[in-house]
Amino acid sequence: MKESLRQSMAWLHTWSGLLVGWVLFMVFSCGTASYFRDEITLWMKPELHQSSHAVVEQGVAAAQIQNLLQQRAPASPRWFITMPTGREPAVRASWAPPPSGEEGQPRGRRRFENASIDPLTGQELSAARATRGGDFFYRMHFDMHYMPVLWARWIVGICAMFMLVAIISGIVTHKRIFKDFFTFRPGKGQRSWLDAHNATAVLALPYHLMITYTGLVTLMFMYLPQGLGAVYKDSDAFFADLNGGPRVEAKASGLSAPLTPLAPLVAKGSQLWDGASVGRIMVSHAGDSAATVTLTQQDGHGVSNNLPSLTFDGVTGGLLTEADKSGAAVETRGVMYGLHIGRFASPLLRGLFFLSGLAGCAMVATGVLLWAVKERPKHVKANANGRIGFGLRLVDGLNLGGIAGLLIAMSVYFWANRLLPPGLGGRPDLEIHCFFTAWGIAAVAALAFPQRWMWRIQLAVAGVLFALLLPLNPLTGGAGLFTSVAQGLWPVAGFDLVSLLIGCGLLWASRGLGSAAKAPLKARLAKVAA
Amino acid sequence: MIPILMNRRLGVASRTLAAIGGGYAVTSLAVTALALTLPGREVDRVVAATLSGLAIFPCIVMWSFATRTALRAWFGVLAVALALGAVVWLGGGL
Repeated sequence: MKESLRQSMAWLHTWSGLLVGWVLFMVFSCGTASYFRDEITLWMKPELHQSSHAVVEQGVAAAQIQNLLQQRAPASPRWFITMPTGREPAVRASWAPPPSGEEGQPRGRRRFENASIDPLTGQELSAARATRGGDFFYRMHFDMHYMPVLWARWIVGICAMFMLVAIISGIVTHKRIFKDFFTFRPGKGQRSWLDAHNATAVLALPYHLMITYTGLVTLMFMYLPQGLGAVYKDSDAFFADLNGGPRVEAKASGLSAPLTPLAPLVAKGSQLWDGASVGRIMVSHAGDSAATVTLTQQDGHGVSNNLPSLTFDGVTGGLLTEADKSGAAVETRGVMYGLHIGRFASPLLRGLFFLSGLAGCAMVATGVLLWAVKERPKHVKANANGRIGFGLRLVDGLNLGGIAGLLIAMSVYFWANRLLPPGLGGRPDLEIHCFFTAWGIAAVAALAFPQRWMWRIQLAVAGVLFALLLPLNPLTGGAGLFTSVAQGLWPVAGFDLVSLLIGCGLLWASRGLGSAAKAPLKARLAKVAA
Repeated sequence: MIPILMNRRLGVASRTLAAIGGGYAVTSLAVTALALTLPGREVDRVVAATLSGLAIFPCIVMWSFATRTALRAWFGVLAVALALGAVVWLGGGL
């Protein structure tokens, strides 16, 4: 009985993992890259590599941006200000355009304008090239591309649920979790792939479980809206409760009154939060007598994504409301959401999350490869001429196109960012088209020739493209490694070094496939002959 | 040989349907029942119920494949669904 439970779970593990493995590899890769979303965006805007990195007091930064917004957007109904952090030294602001008077105009059509300033000098930073930057990977990992967002989220959610089933059934299947942790037998064909799969899975098992479950948590009210529907009449009321009480949404009075200085409010907020700094400021109807200012705490003072906020009167500066304390379940969700996006994490912890994410990519990749490796001997035995069946051929092609092809696409995205002319219209979309064109070509080649030599070629192409991002950076206007290290531009230096490491790793893998090719082939031929 | 293989395939297809379709139905009912019956504020009840739902679904899927026959999987899923349906019905009627 016990043995048959293990067998049925092994079967479930194999199929729930294989069927969605290629989507999961994309989700894991793009999601892992998203931990360094801001750093990737900075690297992709070489015009900003020279900006100062002085840490400025929050009040000064708030005053500088208020100055700019009062000149540039006095009639805007809403300002959004993002305060500087260690990862993003500039103060960023965006604002809604003033209402044009035509009420019928759809809301989504109105373009927000934005600006970034150096918080020390108040100078507006030179406009950087237009790019989606790291946000593309972030969106891709749950919204995909070229398809309605709703479909993508359902597809990713279903795949994530398969993943959760695969992880739990994989644990049940396992006999010796602790022992496998230390077991790696290289160069032994199928056994090595199994060891690699076990090692990457077990090494970061708590992370894999956490990231899969919390990923589902981020969109759970879409996947399972039944509880919400049973208790609440409309979902807006629920989300207002979930996000901490009704928002102050006062209408403009039409009477003008000067906006209170933001700097003292920032100081007051920080004081009320025991020294935690302000992350975002929203100003509604600046210059109107009904103006309000809402401060939201900066990430990094707790794991939870339910960030505290304070609302002030925009004229007198008096405290209006404070979001009420959330209950246990709401706080649990906040912590899980926070764990998934990892914005609370210090650089070291973020690095560990990144490594765990890479282990997740490796776990998925070795899992789907292991299936093909296990399946091959059956086909070789069945057909003396070495032909393999359609299913295995398809899996081989998808493995190659889904793993190596995606790596090529990611590196091509960075190359496109630097090689397309900076002033080109529709540039962000073109970069993304380059990503998918490269992936498409790689996938077609992979499905046409799902063989070892194609693996070698694609891994080598991805390896070269990743490794050469380091010299490409200074050649196309960015800060080279020596400059970035000397100036303490760690996000840029880190991007260059991580890309170099990934590139070298892929080249090494491509080389390894070449030297390993001869031995197993001989062994296989001997077996077939015997 | 062939009937056994066919049988096996039908069994897998049937279990898959019980796991995914039945699993989602049971999860929906469980989330509804929990949201109606758990103590606490409305928003906390909904969040706690939905969080549990994400754990309930994979358990049903695994159980559907672990149990000895596909028929048992269907019986189990239906029995739990009926029980939860009764809770929802009573909870909604209160």
